[in-house]
Amino acid sequence: MKSEYKIISDMIEKNARVLDVGCDNGNLMEFLKKNKNVDIRGIEISKDKVQVCIAKGLTVIEGNAELDLKQFPKNSFDYVVLGQTLQAFINPELVIKELLRVGKKSIVTIPNFGHWKVRLNLLIRGTMPVTKSLPNEWYNTPNIHMCTIKDFVKFSKTINFEIFKSLALMNKNVSTINNSNLFFKNLFADLGIFLIEKKNEN
Amino acid sequence: MNINKDIKTLIVEKALKLDCGQTINNYPLAYETYGLLNDKKDNAILVFHALTGDQFVTGKNPITNKDGWWSFAVGPNKSIDTNKYFVICANVIGGCMGSFGPSHENPETKKIYGTDFPVITINDIVNAQVNLLDHFEIKKLFSVVGGSMGGMQVLQFVSNFPDRAKTAVPIACTSSHSAQNIAFNELGRQAITADHNWFDGKYSSNKTVPEKGLAVARMAAHITYLSKKGLQEKFGRKLQERDDLKFGFDADFQIESYLRYQGSVFVDRFDANSYLYITRAMDYFDLVKQFNGNLSNAFKNTKAKFFVISFTSDWLYPTQENKDIVIALNAIGADVGFVEIESDKGHDSFLLDVPDFLKALKNFLDKSYIEKLL
Repeated sequence: MKSEYKIISDMIEKNARVLDVGCDNGNLMEFLKKNKNVDIRGIEISKDKVQVCIAKGLTVIEGNAELDLKQFPKNSFDYVVLGQTLQAFINPELVIKELLRVGKKSIVTIPNFGHWKVRLNLLIRGTMPVTKSLPNEWYNTPNIHMCTIKDFVKFSKTINFEIFKSLALMNKNVSTINNSNLFFKNLFADLGIFLIEKKNEN
Repeated sequence: MNINKDIKTLIVEKALKLDCGQTINNYPLAYETYGLLNDKKDNAILVFHALTGDQFVTGKNPITNKDGWWSFAVGPNKSIDTNKYFVICANVIGGCMGSFGPSHENPETKKIYGTDFPVITINDIVNAQVNLLDHFEIKKLFSVVGGSMGGMQVLQFVSNFPDRAKTAVPIACTSSHSAQNIAFNELGRQAITADHNWFDGKYSSNKTVPEKGLAVARMAAHITYLSKKGLQEKFGRKLQERDDLKFGFDADFQIESYLRYQGSVFVDRFDANSYLYITRAMDYFDLVKQFNGNLSNAFKNTKAKFFVISFTSDWLYPTQENKDIVIALNAIGADVGFVEIESDKGHDSFLLDVPDFLKALKNFLDKSYIEKLL
């Protein structure tokens, strides 16, 4: 967790305006506030987690990213962060488009479904993969739209957004993903972290 | 009827031009305070009461001898902690607990105002109350807090005086009274004015009180403050001190008896004309229209930090209407948090012992207070 926060924090400029979508217990918000002095807001769907955030003095709105991002005007934030939740949305395409409308830039992290353990799990056992980072069974998982690092890169071309930075997290090691190592990163990374921006509209 | 040693009153000399066009001055504003104002005068919270509330927020209400209307939320170590904060609450103008209202005597005619009292608005109500800040020499309140009509006052206050509150907590309210809200208020007013003891509002000179009408108004309103589920769980079809139906029109059911009781105790403490005036003020409340259809403009000059709270079972001021306030604030990048509290207790949830609500309110205020000190 902490290494993911560190990577996200490194991508964000000091004093920026940030929105954390699916901010959970507000841990990342606190981390960014402390390290980057950002003006940060959160959206969280769980009432209990909103309460935890309020108790930490964080500004959080109870809401659903698929329905409630539309209230923010275009470019309201310098960065919109979406940490490991893209796969849980009914319509990830809409969410990505909303992130890029509301934020000038967006940081998206995804648990990598292309990891070799996941692949092996399905190949050998013939059942939906259950791993340390994906602990749920197929019937009770909130992750209804899993994707791999390679899928996400492909996705950027389909719906036309720019990937500025792509990093892979393996255990606690961070490395850059590029065209030549994509095959390996997609096989070994636990997490993909992407800094994205909409393509120039004009 | 309002002269009482337990009621603190500020006589406001400064003229106030009301929305109806009339100007009032030298009028009484009854208020109460709790806790101590610190030397920097930065720990004051102005609490706004709802339709039938008054300035006696917590502790024993010296007039009714009952607990203050927000005793669950306000007091030492409570959500609005009177060990930390200086709490001020004023009786709204138009009210009947000492502030300038229809039961006061008109100095010109030497008669009780009754319906000759000017129609007042939420805007007039907060414009009158801001005089209390000047009285206590408070430049900026730490917070303005209120539920229901109190929440409307929070919104109007921040809009009218954008620099005079650091934080704002509108609870279970709306920025614009809906047709349904107006309909229920009209039902109450019709019940009062249909009572033959109302005498066009001049009941005091006839030495009567439109008790029946006011009680019915209260009963109808009381139903809107509760949820269907809450009523069902509390009363169901339970019978009132009888084993079987009596085939008549006595209160067979506990819910009937309960409502009758609520109606009867209400007439002892509330003035019928005040009920007409205050419900009218609520009905006229439309902050959206006041800002030409764009609610965001109401808040564009304030840096206040907002926290909006709604309740799942509140159908009088439902979550969506509270969320509309959040949306308007987000549209201008204001600092706003929002939570919908799970509760079966309907609109009344904000007045009751709803731990999640009380916790959220306390956490927001206490954390914001620390933050402002840093």
